[in-house]
Amino acid sequence: MQIIQPHYHAIARTAQDYERMAMSGVVAVAEPAFWAGFDRRYPETFIDYFRQISEFEPTRAAQYGIRHFCWVAVNPKEAENVELTNEVLKHFPEFFAKPTCLGVGETGLHKATKNECDSLQAHVELAMKHNQLVLIHTPHLADKAHGTKKVLEVLAGLNVDPQRIWIDHVEEQTIGPCLDAGYWVGFTLYPITKCSPRRAVDMIEKYGSERLLVNSSADWGPSDPFTLQQCIMEFRSRGHTVQEAIEVFHNNPCRFLGQNPKFDIQPIRIEVDAPVSV
Amino acid sequence: MLSPHQVVEKDYLEHRYMLLEIAAYLDRYDAALQRTGEVPVGTPAKLKLLDQALAVLRAPASEKGRTYDLLELFAK
Repeated sequence: MQIIQPHYHAIARTAQDYERMAMSGVVAVAEPAFWAGFDRRYPETFIDYFRQISEFEPTRAAQYGIRHFCWVAVNPKEAENVELTNEVLKHFPEFFAKPTCLGVGETGLHKATKNECDSLQAHVELAMKHNQLVLIHTPHLADKAHGTKKVLEVLAGLNVDPQRIWIDHVEEQTIGPCLDAGYWVGFTLYPITKCSPRRAVDMIEKYGSERLLVNSSADWGPSDPFTLQQCIMEFRSRGHTVQEAIEVFHNNPCRFLGQNPKFDIQPIRIEVDAPVSV
Repeated sequence: MLSPHQVVEKDYLEHRYMLLEIAAYLDRYDAALQRTGEVPVGTPAKLKLLDQALAVLRAPASEKGRTYDLLELFAK
């Protein structure tokens, strides 16, 4: 089965990930810009990072037959540095012109401070001005419900097309309001600590598979890119068909990401040959 | 060896996760009942055991410890 990893931090992972993903059917990954584990001080550090994910990573992925796409953003954890954020934002348009950059992400909120909200607004407005897709990070654990509500409030005050915005890391507490407001949502699956493959399938069964993306966790912390394949196994073990799995784990990423014409992988429909009459 | 505070902090997220898994398991059962329209004759024995296990966890620890008590419960 062909799979798309819509949220994958390749720079934190080894080539062995690419090899194993390729062997398990992954045909494309999309890499949002994220936090490096420390707060960066210089705009140039971001610019080189964006060059790495827009120029170098596609070549590394290509060695395993995997397409690599990316997003650019200043992580919400670094939004307290307003001067830095504004300076980095000025460079976004040059990356929007790169052949594999799909838009702005992951922007969003961490502690939902005023500076974070201002940064989120600036990121979304810039994306809309340049007709880009947006990927929004919502806070984890105890901050999730409040932070997600705040994200929705910020977006409600802006002139946005909800179909072009993906609100990520939703859980049972937050999926409903995000879908009701017309946005795409994403589950991020961790080996422990956050959303699990089983709970993700529960939510798919409850809310249906429209406007829904499933990502593994793949970063420099405790994470596992193959939680995505575990989720597919769980989905199939509950009796859902291969085509239904393809709709969620391949075609939905094509539908959302494909709103940017640079993402040219098309949805798949399995056809069964008619029996040959003898 | 860890201090009491270290014990709590070291594995809190993992145990929070396990409780959410139990909640999701019970929700899944309720959803299946609703979807199929099946009317069970009482609570299934395995779910009753889990309910009793949760009561063991809520109660003060016995002399032999909660883990021992749960293993005894599941061995019945």
